Amino acid sequence: MLSLSRIHAIFHKELLQLSRDRITFAMIVMIPLVQLMLFGYAINTDVRQVPAALVDLTGGSSTARQLAGDLQASQAVHFQGDFSSLQSATAAMTAGDINAILVIPADFERRLDDLRLGLQQRPLAQWITDGSDPMLGNAIAAMRQMPLPQTAPVHREAAVPPSGLFELVNYYNPQRRSAVNIVPGLIAVILTMTMILFTSAAIVREREQGNMEFLINTPIRPLELMIGKILPYIAIGLIQVAIILGLGHGLFAVPLPAQWFSLWLVTLLFILASLTLGLLISTRAQTQLQAMQLTVFILLPSILLSGFMFPYVAMPKPAQYIAELLPATHYVRLVRAVVLRDAHWTVLTTDVLVLVAFTVIGMTLATLQFRKRLD
Amino acid sequence: MQLAIDVQGMSRRFGDYLAVNQLDLQIPVGCIYGFLGPNGCGKSTSIRMLTGLLTPTAGQIEVLGLQLPQQAEALRQQIGYMTQKFSLYDNLTVLENLEFVAGIYQLKRAERKSRVAELLNLYQLQEKQKVRAGSLSGGQKQRLALAAATIHRPALLFLDEPTSAVDPENRREFWERLFDLSDAGTTILVSTHYMDEAERCHRLAILEQGEKRADGSPDALMARMNADVFEISGPDLRETRRQLLSWPEVLSAAQLGQRLRLLLRKTARWSLADLSARLGPAYSCEPVRPSLEDVFVANTGAAYAESQPHSRDIP
Repeated sequence: MLSLSRIHAIFHKELLQLSRDRITFAMIVMIPLVQLMLFGYAINTDVRQVPAALVDLTGGSSTARQLAGDLQASQAVHFQGDFSSLQSATAAMTAGDINAILVIPADFERRLDDLRLGLQQRPLAQWITDGSDPMLGNAIAAMRQMPLPQTAPVHREAAVPPSGLFELVNYYNPQRRSAVNIVPGLIAVILTMTMILFTSAAIVREREQGNMEFLINTPIRPLELMIGKILPYIAIGLIQVAIILGLGHGLFAVPLPAQWFSLWLVTLLFILASLTLGLLISTRAQTQLQAMQLTVFILLPSILLSGFMFPYVAMPKPAQYIAELLPATHYVRLVRAVVLRDAHWTVLTTDVLVLVAFTVIGMTLATLQFRKRLD
Repeated sequence: MQLAIDVQGMSRRFGDYLAVNQLDLQIPVGCIYGFLGPNGCGKSTSIRMLTGLLTPTAGQIEVLGLQLPQQAEALRQQIGYMTQKFSLYDNLTVLENLEFVAGIYQLKRAERKSRVAELLNLYQLQEKQKVRAGSLSGGQKQRLALAAATIHRPALLFLDEPTSAVDPENRREFWERLFDLSDAGTTILVSTHYMDEAERCHRLAILEQGEKRADGSPDALMARMNADVFEISGPDLRETRRQLLSWPEVLSAAQLGQRLRLLLRKTARWSLADLSARLGPAYSCEPVRPSLEDVFVANTGAAYAESQPHSRDIP
């Protein structure tokens, strides 16, 4: 027979213990509240304002200007200044500053006239998109059929060519396979999960198991403790990256990077930033359970806001600010640039520096938070 | 006399609770000094302040010539601390634990090996060196903890209730090792709530409610006691005890098997004959040598409160 009074005794005890664990209690409310607010607003598959480059080879044709202006007015793209040559625009795309390039050919005016008079059906201009994020490419592709005032036909035989007004070229991922985009991003998610989890428990565990009182009575310095704690996990992180990339290449034909050193460097920086974040959690959390919950609290936005699942550019500004606070966001950019666009780390200095800053600031905070005292 | 620990007016408050109140301590170098008191009397809090783990609310603390809490870091290399709860790593072996601690204390590589071997031998842990600390017995764990706390040959050793999880046999053996260390010049501060353990100390302080009630060598404390000790046997000891406690001359009466141990106030100036006459022919009684437990009873609780010339109430 089940005893109601025994079930009640356990139930009551659980409630009492739960109400005394303040972080757990806060998480019960915070996780649904904050995360729902965040993702409800942030998750947006309707991609707008794709950062783009304009390469105008007409030498300043006013019609070309007008075309670019109308495209921008549609809010589908946002031109980030003029580029004088295709090379400089491509370099900006490799660095991840822009995701699409509009190339207006030198004979644009004639193509436009031919089209309006119904003489010939050639594309007016060319869109080059960054295929490493297929969702952005799709947004650009949708513009091919967009009606534009300049192209209004003046002859009844004139018609928009079946392939659209623009020729579309995909760089980096010509077949637009999503695995190519997902696998490098997955490195960011898996590393965030494992690296933060490992170190977030590291110091709490010593405290919970009673080792800390002995340890803080020895001459060990907080920074020595912190460095010693994260070193073993660097190797673990690098092994995980090798597994993901190896499998990604073998099973999903994700290209292997040409810039091995850059990949190694940015990954190392990301591992350090994540481990530091874990340590920071560890100095705050009182129990391993709390450390785990705080890890999940960081892991969820790292999956949803980092650009891993949804394009960063499609998120509203506040969500982008939050995303900038996550190491994963910077790493998703870096790893895609390095693996998919063969970028060298020197063109990615902003994100590289942000990860360095993360580690330095996090390490300093964790060291300052850690006191060799019990009061 | 050179002092290892010199403390004046050390206090520690946790919110409204005064854990340690105006403690004065002078502990000479090489001494085994005991803190004797019940749980919650401020033993652990005092030890933590003396190691620099806790910041005192008030007081002057000088340990091995260093001012605390300011110079706590400099002190760490010179002290050893054995916590109340086993604080080494359960999932490391005996050898791995000792090597870890040797590394933390920066023992030179060559010295490390010989020192660990020496300690394994001294604390009879050679056969257990490949065993994980988690599966050791209470006595073995405690010896391992002592080995770890002394690996860097500290001048001062703090032991917080070191034998609470240990059988009497192991406790005796443990104390032999402490006397060896003391003989070699180590000052030892040990907290305990066991009378027999306190009796082994060179000097001790009786603590209650965060205050020092008495201190001195165990013999001096017994000699200075404000009560005479008698043992009584006779019929119906439970009822006899109740009646004895109502006499104003009686400080305490406790049953020990077939006898009652009676503390009579010195101020009453009763002889054995006075007591026998008062008890009647059914009882036999004899004077006995005071024990440390008698000292403890005579210096704490109600006995302490009434020995104070009023005005000791909380201000």
